[in-house]
Amino acid sequence: MGEATAAQVQSAAGSEDLIQIIGMHKWYGDFHVLKDINLNVTRGERIVICGPSGSGKSTMIRCINRLEEHQKGQIIVDGIELTNDLKQIDAIRREVGMVFQHFNLFPHLTVLENCTLGPIWVRQTPKAEAEEAAMNYLSKVKIPEQANKYPGQLSGGQQQRVAIARSLCMNPRIMLFDEPTSALDPEMIKEVLDTMIELAETGMTMLCVTHEMGFAKTVADRVIFMDVGEIIESNEPHEFFENPQHDRTKLFLSQILGH
Amino acid sequence: MNTTIADQNIDERSALSKLWTNREARSVILQILTMAALIGFFAFILTNAVANLAAVGKTFSYDFLSTPASYDINQSLIDYTSRDTHLRAGVVGLLNTLLVAICGIVLATVLGFILGVLRLSKNFLLNRISYCFVEFTRNVPVLLHILLIHGILVHSLPHPKVASTEYNFADLFFLSNRGVFAPKPIMEPLFWATIIAFIAGIGFTMWFKGYAKKVQDATGKIYPVFWIGMAAVLGFPIIVYVITGMPINWDVPEFQRFNFSGGMVLLPEFMALWLALSLYTSAFIAEIVRSGILSVSHGQWEAAGALGIKRSRTLNLVIIPQALRVIIPPLTSQYLNLTKNSSLAIAIGYMDVVATIGGISLMQTGKEMETMILVIAIYLVISLIISSFMNWYNKRIKLVER
Amino acid sequence: MSDITQTYTPGTHPDMPPPVGQRGIVLWLRTNLFSSWINSLGTLIAIYLLYLIIPPLLDWAVLDAVLNAGSREECRAIASGACWAFIQDRFSILVYGFYPAELRWRVDLSFILLCVALVPVLFDNVPYRKPGLLFSIAYPFVAGWLLLGGMGLEPVGTDEFGGMMLNTVVGVTGIAFSLPLGILLALGRQSHLPIVKSCSVCFIEFIRGVPLITLLFVASTMLNYFLPPGTTFDLLLRVLIMVTLFASAYIAEVVRGGLQAIPKGQYEAADSMGLKYWQSMRLIVLPQALKISIPGIVNTFIGLFKDTTLVLIIGLLDVLGIGKSSLADAQWNGLSNEVYIAIALFFFAACFGMSRYSIYLEGKLDKGYKR
Repeated sequence: MGEATAAQVQSAAGSEDLIQIIGMHKWYGDFHVLKDINLNVTRGERIVICGPSGSGKSTMIRCINRLEEHQKGQIIVDGIELTNDLKQIDAIRREVGMVFQHFNLFPHLTVLENCTLGPIWVRQTPKAEAEEAAMNYLSKVKIPEQANKYPGQLSGGQQQRVAIARSLCMNPRIMLFDEPTSALDPEMIKEVLDTMIELAETGMTMLCVTHEMGFAKTVADRVIFMDVGEIIESNEPHEFFENPQHDRTKLFLSQILGH
Repeated sequence: MNTTIADQNIDERSALSKLWTNREARSVILQILTMAALIGFFAFILTNAVANLAAVGKTFSYDFLSTPASYDINQSLIDYTSRDTHLRAGVVGLLNTLLVAICGIVLATVLGFILGVLRLSKNFLLNRISYCFVEFTRNVPVLLHILLIHGILVHSLPHPKVASTEYNFADLFFLSNRGVFAPKPIMEPLFWATIIAFIAGIGFTMWFKGYAKKVQDATGKIYPVFWIGMAAVLGFPIIVYVITGMPINWDVPEFQRFNFSGGMVLLPEFMALWLALSLYTSAFIAEIVRSGILSVSHGQWEAAGALGIKRSRTLNLVIIPQALRVIIPPLTSQYLNLTKNSSLAIAIGYMDVVATIGGISLMQTGKEMETMILVIAIYLVISLIISSFMNWYNKRIKLVER
Repeated sequence: MSDITQTYTPGTHPDMPPPVGQRGIVLWLRTNLFSSWINSLGTLIAIYLLYLIIPPLLDWAVLDAVLNAGSREECRAIASGACWAFIQDRFSILVYGFYPAELRWRVDLSFILLCVALVPVLFDNVPYRKPGLLFSIAYPFVAGWLLLGGMGLEPVGTDEFGGMMLNTVVGVTGIAFSLPLGILLALGRQSHLPIVKSCSVCFIEFIRGVPLITLLFVASTMLNYFLPPGTTFDLLLRVLIMVTLFASAYIAEVVRGGLQAIPKGQYEAADSMGLKYWQSMRLIVLPQALKISIPGIVNTFIGLFKDTTLVLIIGLLDVLGIGKSSLADAQWNGLSNEVYIAIALFFFAACFGMSRYSIYLEGKLDKGYKR
């Protein structure tokens, strides 16, 4: 771990790009899911990725921490290129937090244990310290009182906030959000979005796949529109919403904002 | 008001009908009727039994247990001769049942977990081989497995004379139709040191596990507990064993004229029953393990992976604890099935509790009622022990949910 | 290669085949057999295992096998492999037992009728399902009449039953009569009446706690003691009673699972419509619970069908019993492997087929409930 951190510091000093994706392709069997993806993300940048379902947006951000394997092109995260080397994959995953659509909390562990599992077993943090940090993040997502409950006892919104806290406990440099509000009831979406907005204000680098256009308008530095496995358009939010360049973007925006 | 209308309605009906439509009264009446039917039924069969027993001049008593059994048992874990009592013969049978059940459970579990994991393997060939084995084994009656394996052992393996040369493994193991002959360990007094070292190794590992946890809590440092534990439990006793001059003598079987002498023998009956029960049950366990691991959603792997937790540790910390909740209950009922299926021993003449008490003792004494009740009671007790463990475990590991 | 590095305007990138090594047979081999060194090792071990098992088995069972011969000696004189001639010699007795040869059409007919009776039970989109179901309920009695005779047919004693026919008779009777009993037990176990409930629980746990073989021993040795003095009846009938009781405990647990899977709202809806207990069970709860229990019932039947071989231990000659006793024939001495493997293949075909059906049904139910 020591070496990796040193390498990261060096490379991070060299370029401002935290994530570089260069000419990346991905296939599921013979199905071409991601086509020639090129994307640079600078430190502190907040990116919202949107697009119709099946457009490959989730697949793309899942490639960034190697939950999915790409077949062609390069992905460089924090100066480390993603290859089949398990050590490098682990090193990158330590620095990249991820929040899932279906929370994926560990149902057999309490909320607090969910949050301390990573720090204790990956970062080798002493237990007391890990718990203190976890309580700190749990209060940031406003559920410190639930710490000793099990995930099954919480509402969906609360579970998703625990999931965010769990990722933050690893002190990641990058946070990936894979449709974090899609599985939630309307009244719970707001509490999760509020948490995400607060996180954005701390300067975290964020990539967020979402259909919440209000969130995109308030928080994003850049909005990316994907369709059929390609990045169709990428622009800052005002321009993106007011003046979309591509026909498909216009169609998509009219559908999603129409009602 | 509602009640007045209802009251008027009820008033017009008879007292009996009122009783019948009253919820509580009805449930009491129903239960009294059930109880009466039940008592009537038992009274009926008991009076029949008494009359029938009297007609053939038998009495209901367990006195026969203390009379000499006067039959031989070819495999016994405790000293037994035909002059011993029926009770002792029964105990020998029970121990034989437990022996084959425990050996079977161990082998079935090991095989079942291997097969179950292979069924999930990405390797196409291993996956298919495991699938074919599991499907073939579990769709054939266990009694057929027992007879088939017994047939192979008895008919296809050679007589000891041939086995001593052709089915001879390093002059130590011999496969013959009289059983598998293997070296028998004879311990010298110094061997106790190795046993003590083994126990000490277990003790040390248990202590070290706690210590490692404490250190990890305090400093975050992670010790390789598994490897250190393995070294303490296996390595340490081996070192002690070597240092004390390897104090085990092996009594190696030798062929003399008609049969092997010396060594220890696993009778074909035991081997057939053991292998058949293990193979049959392992196929079921494989399916249980497979569905248990599959029951943990893929998202759990992804979430742990996204935190940077290694695969082996994810398995330990996240997947296995959840899969075990799904696996353990059906697994215990498979153990129970295996134990019950061991009663098929009687088909090939392995002397288990059914074959001794429920077989030969029954034939010799004519005490059908007493012996069958005894055998049934023994199995019920075993079942109760296993299922109460299962209930306790289920309560303990139940996931807390809203 | 060059086409992939070429740039396209956004939205016009065509679908391309994956790079060589990432597609077709190469990809399949890489992901399925050689994805890592441990996987490759597994492949090698598997190939070695297959090499060890398949060629000798093939030699024995097919290439060196003898289909026609008069005795074991003749078999051995022809080839060293399996002597299937033995099975051929005993085939009809393995299937029909000692059922009189000229009356075997009755066995065949009742088997065909069994298939007909099963169709409306197992498949829910066949025409004439309602009358079909009535026939299914009547089937056990029709088959009983056909097999046993009487009322115009020549009577056949149960001691002449045997072979696969006996296994089928015991299995089908057991499951057919245990269904109603099992449903009652399951309802009893769910009941609010403590005595009814505890009786059901005791019965179920008792049966599930003891091996079937002890119950069969009870049937063969001591059941007569519990009947009024002087009554004796047929061993097969006693066995059928015990097997029915045995199966009913397992069916009860399956049906209980089905009952528990019915959402509470269904009970509440039935109650709020003013339906009485038996009405709500008959009209609302049981139809749904039984439908989701069918895979479990099929699995219970598979288990029971395999367990019917146990009757050989108390002296009934089922297919395994006939196979085992025919080994004593001096002419065909020592052919246990052939006999047992042939019977094993029969059971495998029957049980594997049924378990496929039950898996298909589970998949269908899953879909139905997801929608």
